[in-house]
Amino acid sequence: MAHSTTMAGAHAATGVASAEQYNYEIIKKFAIMALIWGVLGMSVGTYIAAQLAFPFLNFDIAEISFGRFRPVHTTLVIFGFGGNALFATSYYVVQRTCQARLYSDSLATFTFWGWNISIALGVVTYMLGYTQGREYAEFVWPIDILIAVTWVVYFWVFLQTLLRRSQPHIYVANWFYMAFILATALLHIFNNLQVPVSLFSLESYSLFSGVQDAMTQWWYGHNAVGFFLTAAFLGMMYYFVPKQAGRPIYSYRLSIIHFWALVFLYMWVGAHHLHWTALPDWVSTLAATFSILLLLPSWGGMINGIMTLSGAWDKLRTDPIMLFLITALSFYGMSTFEGPMMSLKSVNALSHYTDWTVGHVHSGALGWVAMISFGSLYHLIPRLWNTKLYSLKLVYVHFFLATIGIVLYITAMWVAGIGQGLMLRAFDEYGNLAYTFVESVVFLHKPYVVRMIGGMFFVSGIVIMAYNIFMTITAARREAARAEAKIAAKMAGAAS
Amino acid sequence: MKHETVETNAGLLIILTLAVISVGGLVEIVPLFYINDTIEDVEGVRPYTPLEQRGRDIYVREGCYTCHSQMIRPFRDEMLRYGHYSLAAESQFDHPFQWGSKRTGPDLARVGGKYSNEWQVQHLIDPRSVVPESIMPGYPWLIENDLKYSDIQARLRALRRVGVPYSLNDEEYQANVERFGEETARWLDINRAEENLVAQARAGNYDGNPSRITEMDALVAYLQVLGTMVDFTQYDDGYFVQFR
Repeated sequence: MAHSTTMAGAHAATGVASAEQYNYEIIKKFAIMALIWGVLGMSVGTYIAAQLAFPFLNFDIAEISFGRFRPVHTTLVIFGFGGNALFATSYYVVQRTCQARLYSDSLATFTFWGWNISIALGVVTYMLGYTQGREYAEFVWPIDILIAVTWVVYFWVFLQTLLRRSQPHIYVANWFYMAFILATALLHIFNNLQVPVSLFSLESYSLFSGVQDAMTQWWYGHNAVGFFLTAAFLGMMYYFVPKQAGRPIYSYRLSIIHFWALVFLYMWVGAHHLHWTALPDWVSTLAATFSILLLLPSWGGMINGIMTLSGAWDKLRTDPIMLFLITALSFYGMSTFEGPMMSLKSVNALSHYTDWTVGHVHSGALGWVAMISFGSLYHLIPRLWNTKLYSLKLVYVHFFLATIGIVLYITAMWVAGIGQGLMLRAFDEYGNLAYTFVESVVFLHKPYVVRMIGGMFFVSGIVIMAYNIFMTITAARREAARAEAKIAAKMAGAAS
Repeated sequence: MKHETVETNAGLLIILTLAVISVGGLVEIVPLFYINDTIEDVEGVRPYTPLEQRGRDIYVREGCYTCHSQMIRPFRDEMLRYGHYSLAAESQFDHPFQWGSKRTGPDLARVGGKYSNEWQVQHLIDPRSVVPESIMPGYPWLIENDLKYSDIQARLRALRRVGVPYSLNDEEYQANVERFGEETARWLDINRAEENLVAQARAGNYDGNPSRITEMDALVAYLQVLGTMVDFTQYDDGYFVQFR
């Protein structure tokens, strides 16, 4: 009994020391917001999936009708959940790998408020009908400006911390985070060039039109995937996978090669979203070519991550966090194979405009981005609060709920997408169209129900995670308070 | 140079990364503004009238692009279902473009004139009353909301600033007369935007109620003009292939 109290006391003492050495408070805030936006965003996603299966759920209410609610879902999960997870992990990784405290507490706090207020405002404005009408860049122009300012500050905080590092080398995870910060700035600025209707109007018109506008948007759109949802999460992978496995990265040389290849190639591939459109063929062909090439660096990253576990595969049996990380890498490998395949013009002719694309994006977003984030947060949060996870069993439950959810989701979307694609191009024996459009909509009902159920599995997983984390933090606070009281009592005893 | 040099120098890492990520966009996007063949040489495409533009604003507001594309691809099934494949020229005045990426509902690039105004209104209010299998949300508020058009001049001026040829002065008006003909030029005159909008709504009576100008008037006016500007009977089969 006495032994365990001294242990707790020692724990608390190191907690205080690391709180001074590193800025953990800001990371805690971002980590909690990632979970809050995650629960909300995934719930909205499941709701709009339900609307597609059961359209009465639109209830003729403008604010929640599918067209306005869908950007709410994408914004909450990409920028709310993903963005906050990236802020949290990048601030953690840059401090730990540079062994330097995060530069400027006040600027770091500014990035927290700037980012999260932007997301909250975005959600409200979409529901009220204010949007730029550009996928994944729906924020109206004043929010765009707030985001741009926040992002520049983020860059500055990250760079200044990097410059204060206590050893010469910049760790590979930080290359990826830096590339993500730079590319996101470039994409955000050029895709949001707008002329407002007036200074006091939230509405605006894009600077470019038609074909140039489409190209700019998908250059942005695919690199939101490439840098926001891939490069940055590879940064996460490069820190948390070796940490959790207790082994060094498999190949240093591979990380160099695949880093430069990845950041170079990604920027070319956006136009594969515009195959067979009014975009000139030469751009489309270039994009398809680079998409195929992109398979190599993508798999380079996957192999480097998975092989880091070589010699420690037994961890998969005992460590549910490792399960999340390795499953994430497997889904990354799968969706980066599927992507280049879908960018082939002949495959794209069938898959484009269908739910196959939706399924593909979710195998990346749920399988890769969300799973690697869950794993990293499960690793990170006990360390931030200087405690242990409340329940490892619940981490297992979360893992299986999430995995079943993803499998249901993507198989349903394969059926829906390929099925609809085939129906719409089918001809009868006289050379007439075999099906009307609405007949394909009828066919979609069952896959849509299955997809909705998959979503429910995934949401219940993250709700369990939120509960687990909540209990972890509560216990940590109680423990810290108890330790503090003990010290205070001892001090009082010594004084008298 | 050893890679170690980059790994130990944050400034160099940033500069090299910026250089590497800039190439793709420079090669693929910039030429689109300079290669003439990018947009086809075709007659008939004009900017939207004030009422149509307000309808387009509502189309964007409701997020129609999340389920409907406006881009027909050059495939036999799409030609049979929707009509001639879409030309770049047809969206040259679209700020923002609304090509879309998903067809939960059918393509709308040539929906103009396919259905009557009455059908469109009924379908928008309650889609399943005309297409029982439809999964589209209803938009009953469109017929309840009066169309806001007090800022129509500001909207057209903003569009003019991004390059749409709405005319603000006599010189620009004359240029439009030459380019689009006198009748169209009158619709594109910013100074007459409000009266043009009211006149078109009254004459078109899109929502079936001539006493009010509703959001439904604007949206239906927009839907009815989609894909109707180019007269494809004027061009030989294969004329447009040279631009692909």
